[in-house]
Amino acid sequence: MTEQEIRDAIMSSLHSVAPEIELDEIDPAKPIGPQMDVDSIDFLNVLMSIHEQTGVDIPERDYPKVQTVDDTVAYIAARAS
Amino acid sequence: MAEFRMPSLGADMDAGKLLEWYVKPGDAVQRGDIVALVDTDKAAIEVEIFEGGVIDELLVRPGQTVPVGTPLAHVRSGATGEAAAAAPAEEVTPEEARATKAAPEEAAPEQVAPPPAPAAAQAPLAVVPPHATPAARAQGREVGIDLSDLRGTGRHGVITREDVIAASKPRAQEAPETAPAAPPPVPVPPIPAPGGERLRITPRARRLARELGVDPAGVTGTGPDGAITGGDVQKASAPPAPPMPKPTSTPTASTEAVASTHAKPSDERYAAMRRAIAAAMAKSKREIPHYYLGHHIDMEAALTWLEERNLERSLPERILPATLLFRATALAVAEVPEMNGFFLDGRFEPRDAVHMGIGISLRQGGLIAPAILDAQDKGLSALMTSVRDLVGRTRTLQLRSSEMSEATITVTALGDQGVETVFGVIYPPQVALVGFGTVAQRPWAKNGMVGARRVVHVTLSADHRASDGHTGARFLAAIDGRLQHPEEL
Repeated sequence: MTEQEIRDAIMSSLHSVAPEIELDEIDPAKPIGPQMDVDSIDFLNVLMSIHEQTGVDIPERDYPKVQTVDDTVAYIAARAS
Repeated sequence: MAEFRMPSLGADMDAGKLLEWYVKPGDAVQRGDIVALVDTDKAAIEVEIFEGGVIDELLVRPGQTVPVGTPLAHVRSGATGEAAAAAPAEEVTPEEARATKAAPEEAAPEQVAPPPAPAAAQAPLAVVPPHATPAARAQGREVGIDLSDLRGTGRHGVITREDVIAASKPRAQEAPETAPAAPPPVPVPPIPAPGGERLRITPRARRLARELGVDPAGVTGTGPDGAITGGDVQKASAPPAPPMPKPTSTPTASTEAVASTHAKPSDERYAAMRRAIAAAMAKSKREIPHYYLGHHIDMEAALTWLEERNLERSLPERILPATLLFRATALAVAEVPEMNGFFLDGRFEPRDAVHMGIGISLRQGGLIAPAILDAQDKGLSALMTSVRDLVGRTRTLQLRSSEMSEATITVTALGDQGVETVFGVIYPPQVALVGFGTVAQRPWAKNGMVGARRVVHVTLSADHRASDGHTGARFLAAIDGRLQHPEEL
């Protein structure tokens, strides 16, 4: 997957969980949670959707590494085949 | 002849507006089929029918608002034999009725592949019957579309009437990428589409489109697989709003700030939801003599067990701490049934099944507490799946009538916000509400030593007409007890 494809997959995952959020307004360098008001269940649903699209599993201990869109792109890019 | 009535989709609902019928007279329906879309003050809800049969007559037109309990349709019970034979021949034949009745998941006869000849049995797709709503099957028959060629856009991939209609139309919209989202004033010339273009649209978007007078066919979907979302419809109906500062997360965020964000379904809807919540909570405070109990629970054993368990599990199998709390509560209800049921007509009616309402806040503001049905029968994994599904659908407003009407007890977990204690208001006619605060490290004395342990404060708001503090205390102790043996959850 290209970096853009990964970014698109992440954005579509965010959109599917919170369709009312304007994706353009999300600062990719800032933590997603406070920007989108997602709780732990939303967060899990986002990770599940990313997992479905990219095949990358994110273990719980790595949750701190996927707090922003940019970090998540880097995380997935390093692991996606 | 049975009557299908406007269901009560929660204590705060007096009336509902019928938005859409998914069935028409002559359609055979199964218990549990989604037959109509009903708008409440909170959300558009897909309403299931609780008795199978054949739709005889629709009594309420789309757009009409009627009180709870008003008959919406006449349903002839028993689609087989005489009842079905009596059906108007042009609408449903006994064979169709029987076929549908006998095999709920199967398409009408003409959509089912012919019995495979020994030599030609290589069509594996055709033997998997498409899962479709009754209306979709009927529409398919009408326009001669084979449902097995379609991909459903309904929940769980169910083929809806819209899917069939969309598939039967020439491709209606092939908007250039650069076009603004405004609906084209003139229909785009149809472009032949061999595969058929299906309109993928969320229920909320469909509703908004109706409210705002937007033709969904002219809206570019930005959702998954190009689905049209509520936001797309709103954008199509108005020039893009300037970015608004995000409302603060405090409940006192000003109404203007909340109302002006485009994330909100509509100002009126938000106001209606606030009124509905106010009505239910005022009724609760007026009529229910609440008593309140609080209890601190040491979560160290449960969380240590859960972390080890999650370590070796892939994402879909991972369990959140909140699910442990829900599971422990469901099991504790079995020990203390006085917490589970309804207070109706001056007396408490306990229920065996635990339909656990979960308080879910909406990002746009407001609150819905849909139920996980039969939570007592769901193990941790099944419960986690249900919670994820329910939260996801609640926040995208795709709920079903049974989830809105049947909760026997409500649990609210406000832990993500960092509060320590919930002081709950019972949702009538229920008799108890369990509140969990944040699980956090606290100084905790154990075996004569003080150490840092993760602790949660659980509270019970209960109806004094149905139980007393002693019973409530047993209930909280039972939740605690369950959480000390997480491997048995």
